[in-house]
Amino acid sequence: MTDSHSQSEHKDHILPVKLYLSVGAVLFFLTIVTVAASRIDLGQFNLIVAMVIAIVKASIVGLFFMHLLWDRRFYMSAMLMSVLFLGVFIIITMSDTMRRGDIYEEVRHPIVKDAAMYKDIDKSKNDAHGVDSHDDAQAAEGNEAESDAEKDSQEHDTPTH
Amino acid sequence: MKESLTHPSYLHHHYGDVDQQREAAKLGMWLFLVTEVLFFGGLFCVYAIYRAWYPELFVNAHHALDWRLGGINTLVLIASSVTMALAIRSFQVDKQKLAIGMMFATVMLAATFMVIKYFEYAHKFHVGQLPGKFYTYTGIEGTNPHIFFSIYFAMTGLHGIHVIIGIGVILWLMSKARKGSYHSGYYTPIEVTGLYWHLVDLVWIFLFPLFYLIG
Repeated sequence: MTDSHSQSEHKDHILPVKLYLSVGAVLFFLTIVTVAASRIDLGQFNLIVAMVIAIVKASIVGLFFMHLLWDRRFYMSAMLMSVLFLGVFIIITMSDTMRRGDIYEEVRHPIVKDAAMYKDIDKSKNDAHGVDSHDDAQAAEGNEAESDAEKDSQEHDTPTH
Repeated sequence: MKESLTHPSYLHHHYGDVDQQREAAKLGMWLFLVTEVLFFGGLFCVYAIYRAWYPELFVNAHHALDWRLGGINTLVLIASSVTMALAIRSFQVDKQKLAIGMMFATVMLAATFMVIKYFEYAHKFHVGQLPGKFYTYTGIEGTNPHIFFSIYFAMTGLHGIHVIIGIGVILWLMSKARKGSYHSGYYTPIEVTGLYWHLVDLVWIFLFPLFYLIG
């Protein structure tokens, strides 16, 4: 081979097929674990468990399939840096959005909770003749009752403004 | 001595040697993946904000998604990641035929993912579980379920576009691989495409529990 010298310099990490297959099997297993975990009610911890499993799976994909374990450390640091900045992005944004109710009373207790378009949806639902299931009809009634209640509260509120 | 005067056809003139060319390509791909993380990151941020604002909304609306289909799609994408990694390995040990077969398997698994996604989308279009003002479904309790579907379609849609692009790139590389362009001395395009493909898998690993497995 003409390029044999350059080939020997290659950091070629040829890994055994078995490794790829077993990594795939571990990822399959963790997928089943995450589904099983979601079926147990842990309250808020459900989200944490799901995210921990997802992070473990993502790390496995990165370390083995993307060869981060064997490749230049620079690639790993670039990837971790992007995740770090994503964290900064989300945390700083949420430190704003989660505290908006502190200033604006109407943000904390919105008068009308449903978006305006739901009024049209309810109306078209009433006009339509018996759409699919029984459950739907019940839910529609529920919505209607709710929006009526809202209308009332609105009417009561308007004079004060 | 003669070797230094000639160079392999796959080495571009502006690189000193094959290794430098390969490292440059991989560096470029990794930096692109960093921008991809931040690209999806904007939507993950939207998700985090709205889920923190309306936790019940997400619990109520996510029952409209079928976790079985989402779970199957997760397994399909993981399998496609395995076949892509095996395709690269096959080029490393000069088993071109096997490598092309593995790339084909990757494309088929990716297509399976998109077909399942198509059925999910088609159902939601049919019943009116659509983003924003297009939402017309009335079977979900609680306020503003359309917000969930806005975020769902934005995130899975962007991910789906990435899968389609991945399919296109892998098919293109397959046609080049058939002409014998890739071998143990040069398989960088396959390698960097593999990195991209694994990132697409990685994004779905987060999307699956965030949309299909809420509470």
